[in-house]
This record gives sequence, C-alpha cells and structure tokens, in this order.
Amino acid sequence: MLTFENPAIRIQNLTKTFGDHTVLNKLSFDIPRGKITTILGFSGAGKSTLIKHILGLVQPTSGYISVLDRDLSSLKDVELREFRQSFGMLFQYAALFDSLNAIENVAFPLREFTKLSNEEIIKRCEDLLESVGLEPIAFQKIPSELSGGMRKRVGLARALSLQPDIMLYDEPTTGLDPITTHMVDNLIRSTSEKHKDREMTSVIISHDVKATLRISDFVAFLDRGNIVEYLPASEFAKSDNELVQEFVNL
Amino acid sequence: MAIDTATHSQKNFIIRLIESLGASILENLHAFGSFISFVLNALLWLFRPPFRLRLFFEQLYFVGNKSIFIIMLSGSFTGMVMAYQTYFGFKLISVDSLVGPVTALTLAKELAPVLTGLIVAGRAGAAMTAQIGSMKVTEQIDALEVMGINSVQYLAVPRIVAGTISVPMLSALFLFIGNVGSYIVGTKFLSIDEAIYLSKLGDFMFLGDIWQGLIKATFFGFLISCIGTYFGFNVTKGAEGVGKGTNLSVVWGMIMVLITDYFLTSFLIHIL
Repeated sequence: MLTFENPAIRIQNLTKTFGDHTVLNKLSFDIPRGKITTILGFSGAGKSTLIKHILGLVQPTSGYISVLDRDLSSLKDVELREFRQSFGMLFQYAALFDSLNAIENVAFPLREFTKLSNEEIIKRCEDLLESVGLEPIAFQKIPSELSGGMRKRVGLARALSLQPDIMLYDEPTTGLDPITTHMVDNLIRSTSEKHKDREMTSVIISHDVKATLRISDFVAFLDRGNIVEYLPASEFAKSDNELVQEFVNL
Repeated sequence: MAIDTATHSQKNFIIRLIESLGASILENLHAFGSFISFVLNALLWLFRPPFRLRLFFEQLYFVGNKSIFIIMLSGSFTGMVMAYQTYFGFKLISVDSLVGPVTALTLAKELAPVLTGLIVAGRAGAAMTAQIGSMKVTEQIDALEVMGINSVQYLAVPRIVAGTISVPMLSALFLFIGNVGSYIVGTKFLSIDEAIYLSKLGDFMFLGDIWQGLIKATFFGFLISCIGTYFGFNVTKGAEGVGKGTNLSVVWGMIMVLITDYFLTSFLIHIL
C-alpha cells in the first residue's frame, strides 16, 4: 500500500456502520498533495460514503481523518463549515442551482464568502467560465438550457471559484456521451495542471477505468469498505489483484 | 387436528396484526420526532448569522403577494355566501339584522384563519416541498452543504419566517374582503338597513375576536411552512418522491390546520 509524507488527506482505521451494515471497514490510506487520485470500485463499495467522510458531512463510527493537516473530528460545526470552503466539488449531474443562470451559479460562492464588489465578481466568473471552455453566449443561460457538457463546465467553474485546495469529482463522466466524456476528462487534467503551483489535490470517484488510467496519477480500488489495491496509475492495470483485473478487463 | 390448525392460524393473524400496528406506531413516532428535531434545528438557525434578508423577502413575496388574488377571491365569496345563508336562516326568527355581526365573527374567529391556512397549505406549502424536494434529488442541497452553507438556514428558515408573517396578513385581508362581500350582499341584495348593519357590527364585534383569528393564523403559517419544508428535505427517490412529498405536505398541512384550530380555539376562548 502506498504511503506519502505530508499527504493532503490521511485516513486511518476508518469504520462506518449503518445499523448492522458496515460500509467502511477499518479503511486506511493517504491521498497525496497536488496529484490526481482516483477511487475506483463497484457500486455499493462505499465510495460516496468515503467522500462524505472526507468532506466532514458524515461522522465516522470509529477511526481518524485528517485533511490538510486538520483532524476533522476536532472541528466544531462552525469550523467545519468554514473549512469546507477549502473544497470544491463537481457533482455527478453538476448540481447547478436551477433558478440561477450560469454566471450567477459561479458567482454564488463568491457572493456568499467574499467581500468582492459586483464588478469584480462578474469579471472573475467570466474568467473562470472562459477558463473551463464555456462560450460567452452561454453565460446568461439557466441550467435547463445548457447541455450536459456545458453544465459540467459551469459546475467545475463554480467549484473552482474559491480556489479550493482539494477538488472532488463525483463520477464526473456518468451519463455523458464519449466525446463529452473525453472533454470532461481533459478538463480535469488541465484544471489540475493549471493549479499545480498551489498543489491543488484532485480526488475522483469513478467507474470509468479507461479515463481513470489516462488522467490519474494514482488509483485506489475500494471493495466492501476497504482499499484492496493502491498503485500509481501506470502500474494499476498490471495489478495481480483478481478483483482489479476483473474490473479492468470488463 | 383441523380445529388446532384454525386456532393456530388465528393466533398468527392476531400476532401479525399487533406487530404491524406496533411497527406503524413506531414509524409514526419516529417521523414525529424527526419533524420536531427539524423544527428545533430551524429555530436554532433562525437566530444565527448570516441573516438572509433577500431570501426572506423573496419568500414573503411568494407566500404573501402571490396569494393575494386567491385570498381576495375566496374571502369575498365566503363573506357573500355567509351573508346569504345567515340571512335566510335568521329571517325565520326575525333576527336578520344580526347578519353582519354573525358573519363578521365567524370570519374573524374561524373562517378567515382556517380557510387562509388551507389555501396557503395547498399553494405555498406544496410549492415549498416541491422546490426543496427537487433541489434535494438533484444534489443542489448537497452542493450548498459542501460549500459550507447550512441548507436548513438557507432554505427552510426564510420560508418559515415568511410563512409565519404572511399568513396572518393574508388572514386579515380575507377578513376585510369577506366583510365587504357580506356588507354588499346584506345591504344591497338582501335589503338590510346599512345603519343597522353597521351599528350591530359595532355592538357585537370586539378587537379580541380579531386577535383570536390573527393568533391562529400565525400558528397556521408557522406550521404549514414547517411541514412544507420538512417534507421537502425528506424527499427520496427522484421525481416520484417529489410528487409523494408534495402530496404528503398538502395533506398534513391541511390536517394540522384543522386539528390545531380546535386546540387553539379551546385555549384562546378562555384568554381573549
């Protein structure tokens, strides 16, 4: 199992049970700073529960999670909410606010958490939307008028608006056509490259092995609540773990 | 042997009946506890900054302003029909001059707050559940939480405050329009003398009667918006869940208006 010095996220003996059902079972692993790490796994393996723990949205039954050197269990509710501003998250279906247009969706966190003037906010939002490749003609459109790919771009721009230290991607290519999938993958890679100087860490939850191997630096395989394989992306396909081989060769 | 089997299956049936009854009671107690915990959480967040005035005014506009037409329509026809019904009943015993105060008292104490409550539950309560429910199933609520924004404070608190404030205002409007309708029907169509109508109204109607209705309406507004937002936050299973949640919100909103009306009446009648 890979270990890193001064990781962005450190998880130790994390266990989460819901009633009799154990979702995460003494899970331990590190996620390195400034890299793209993908967590692969079958449905129901515990990937979403793991993401919720990293965000501090769910309390572990037992175990320890430290994010950016801060022990999440030691943070009070208010501190935890403030700390979440260090995260950006791209949701499976972008989760844009459907009453706001593209630019206002991106402006939302800036209006909530900064004291920037309206002009500065709009300027920053336009820059962000352009940086993720959205055409200016779409800036004023509401989410229902945008295609799946455009929504992902807006979702990514919104997630990046507060310059997060950790970017989380929840199945970013689910439900997209192959061309848009490719576009989103490239966007994730280029976003990570652009923010390399400040060591932005990217964590992807995915089912897509091909894309994972193309864009990730490290790949972890989660099965029945535990990491059964964790390797650099270049070595992952060569793993001798049967489950990994089954997943890779599907 | 046959009798033994029949007795055994009868016992099994009774046990199953008790089990399902117990399970249903436990489930409802759990739902009630979860509702109370939701309301307490919302009340806690009401007093914590940031205070989102823009969201509050948006909701006040939606619950209050957007309900004005339907309230005026219902209020005027309720007042008019009350005047008609009371007049023909009272005429039999020659007390038709009391149409004004009877209509006004009924409207002030019961009809205005209860009908306003039912209308708001059907219109705004349902919309609250549908809006929040669809945000829940499209992960918009998760997006708020990930940004560090408390979704209850952001979505539920402005709606609950707006509902609590706007329902008594709408009820007052219902009362006023209802009385205007009753006055027009009474004096113009049923030939009750205008001076008698107004003087009897002054003799029998007191400020306490109006307060009773307004206090009730405030409770109804609070309850309807709590129920509407609670069911929104508890929506599951996609679009079907949003429909189910909206349906439950309207049904429970209306039922709770009628149930609390009885208890509030029995309490307020002694103090006002």
